[in-house]
Amino acid sequence: MSTPNEATAYLVKGAAIGSGAAADLLIRNGVITETGTGLSAAGATVIDAEGLVAVPGMVDLHTHLREPGREDAETVETGSRAAALGGFTAVHAMANSSPVADTAGVVEQVYTLGRKAGWTDVRPVGAVTIGLAGERLAELGAMADSRARVRVFSDDGICVHDPVLMRRALEYVKGFDGVIAQHAQEPRLTDGAQMNEGDVSAVLGMTGWPAVAEESIIARDVLLAQHVDSRLHVCHVSTAGSVEIIRWAKQRGIKVTAEVTPHHLWLTDELVRSYDPVYKVNPPLRTDEDVQALRAGLADGTIDIIGTDHAPHPSEAKECEWAQAAMGMTGLETALSVVQHTMIESGLIGWDDFARITSLMPAQIGRLQDQGQPLEAGSAANITLIDPAARWTVEPNKMATMGRNSPFAGRELPGRVVATFYQGHPTVLDGSLNTPRTAEGE
Amino acid sequence: MRHLLSTEDLGKDDAVRILDTAEEMAAVSDREVKKLPVLRGRTVVNLFFEDSTRTRISFEAAAKRLSADVINFAAKGSSVSKGESLKDTAQTLEAMGADAVVIRHWASGAPARLAASGWIDAAVVNAGDGTHEHPTQALLDAFTMRRNWARINGTASPGTDLSGMKVAIVGDVLHSRVARSNLWLLRTLGADVTMVAPPTLLPVGVAKWPCTVSYDLDETLAAGPDAVMMLRLQGERMNAAFFPSTREYSRRWGFDDRRLKALDSHGLTDTIIMHPGPMNRGLEISAAAADSPRSTVLQQVRNGVSVRMAALYLLLSGETHAAPATIQEAQR
Repeated sequence: MSTPNEATAYLVKGAAIGSGAAADLLIRNGVITETGTGLSAAGATVIDAEGLVAVPGMVDLHTHLREPGREDAETVETGSRAAALGGFTAVHAMANSSPVADTAGVVEQVYTLGRKAGWTDVRPVGAVTIGLAGERLAELGAMADSRARVRVFSDDGICVHDPVLMRRALEYVKGFDGVIAQHAQEPRLTDGAQMNEGDVSAVLGMTGWPAVAEESIIARDVLLAQHVDSRLHVCHVSTAGSVEIIRWAKQRGIKVTAEVTPHHLWLTDELVRSYDPVYKVNPPLRTDEDVQALRAGLADGTIDIIGTDHAPHPSEAKECEWAQAAMGMTGLETALSVVQHTMIESGLIGWDDFARITSLMPAQIGRLQDQGQPLEAGSAANITLIDPAARWTVEPNKMATMGRNSPFAGRELPGRVVATFYQGHPTVLDGSLNTPRTAEGE
Repeated sequence: MRHLLSTEDLGKDDAVRILDTAEEMAAVSDREVKKLPVLRGRTVVNLFFEDSTRTRISFEAAAKRLSADVINFAAKGSSVSKGESLKDTAQTLEAMGADAVVIRHWASGAPARLAASGWIDAAVVNAGDGTHEHPTQALLDAFTMRRNWARINGTASPGTDLSGMKVAIVGDVLHSRVARSNLWLLRTLGADVTMVAPPTLLPVGVAKWPCTVSYDLDETLAAGPDAVMMLRLQGERMNAAFFPSTREYSRRWGFDDRRLKALDSHGLTDTIIMHPGPMNRGLEISAAAADSPRSTVLQQVRNGVSVRMAALYLLLSGETHAAPATIQEAQR
């Protein structure tokens, strides 16, 4: 209302800066104004961060907020609360809402809802094709020019399988430095697919989702991206073969980036033996061999980022037969912990790498100006403070997301978000929601 | 045994106990009064999300011969029709006091889901789920094979297994819950299994199965199987390019008259021909083979009632180890 609440100054004392040494961070007017040791500032609220790790605010390139249309599953308000608690200062809201985010009007609506909520930077993703139907291009330019300034376009949930349409989309978004985020799934090879096709599906008698259905689309798309010299982003890479293809493409200088979800870094199709639909997700959980290849690919930079693919569903969508159940898992509030468990505690990466894959790179792919900046003077004050020594047990009923479909329910995970600063304002303090940030001029 | 969901997780002791109990039940079925009072006052619900008159009436006959009350609940609906959810149906049956739910479902895993959900306390019997399992079919097949195997070996059937028996399972293995249930149970009982199918109708991952895989039925027959089980072929498979035509399928993987004669020329006098029914005569099995003395099709149907009686009895009596004695008592 009156004074923008980011005017308050905060002095974060003694947090390890990524993998580096401990330092203090002075935050004023939404900006990191000073870093160093032994800082003091009159009037600043001091936050004792001894033993904590500070990383740039996490950025999710792949979130389903469900609004407009499925407010029974999630709203921008509840989803962005979950994001803040999970350490995210920006999330990209996928386009498969109802109506689909395929016009400037819908993306501006989502953008406005995000600003009003004030818990995190909500960046709408625009649909590539009208109604996600895969037939005609949506007005990508209008979405790019809108107040939402859309740069990421995706039909996520559905593959842009028509090669001509995919080529045109890749070419067209070059006009405003956009990127096509592809959901790589050959539709004919996955007709009726329920789970990974392999040893487990053979025993369970479920229609398989073969790895080749993902890999063949990625192979085609990297060649298309090379041919038209455009930016391609591959959503939720799930197979060892996909990692190989992307590694090959990067070696050839093709402008491809890739993401992996936290759940694909850990869980395998063995869990499907329970027939519990909480493990039903698209792309499906794969084998341990795939999990290990994804971890290695993430560690060596072949895979650029973590994308949560946070996909909340109402309980009735999961309290049913496997074949009837919706695909998807929540992820915003467990992402940090799962990545710490699978990547950091396994010794594959350190906290600087964590910052790269959860903040710097996703912000760069999404072309977010004031996100994903290093924690130094002059950077926007988007900061996540993590207690890496904390241990907690996942209880979906206690989460901020409306979705109760966490595949990690009951597991003990490492690492906890202690505080999240979004443009200098603490949306999370002491591990709990604080207050939303009031945007200037609103 | 709390539920009967699959043969994959059915131990040998439990399997043999069901087969032995079924022998006693068969004796009941041979009597003039085909009824035991053992499940009087208990309620068995046949919950069928998919049409199957044969399986339903077999379970119905089994439950009635044990004096249980039977409720038939045809909850058939297409996969997309959003009717009552499985959860609501299960809770309704629970409220009505069902002691056992015999469930047939087009979705693989639905019985396991029902058993593990906490929506219902009743014993769950899988009467066929999608392309996953059909455990009572496998048990009645094993029962039929065991009787023949014991006869050949000159022993009594009860207490024995199928050690040394060679079984060929032929046809659409990919989509067959019968093939899967038979494989696990036959292995548990000591038989050797060969799956014979076109490569398109075998699942990716079949290499890890404890069986031999063959694309050549004639070669398999020449190797001297003791039982040949023909699987039903769904006509619509042809539309999904699993094979070029039903005629080509029939020539290469059908049990036709030529192959019936081949059994004789190979000297396989005791080899039986099995089929879970309903048969596509002239497609996966010729009329001559289906009607030959080698065919056990009608024995299988008859044995199905005995096996299902045994399963319901063991699940609901709650005293599995004391079962035979209880039956003897009940018969007096």
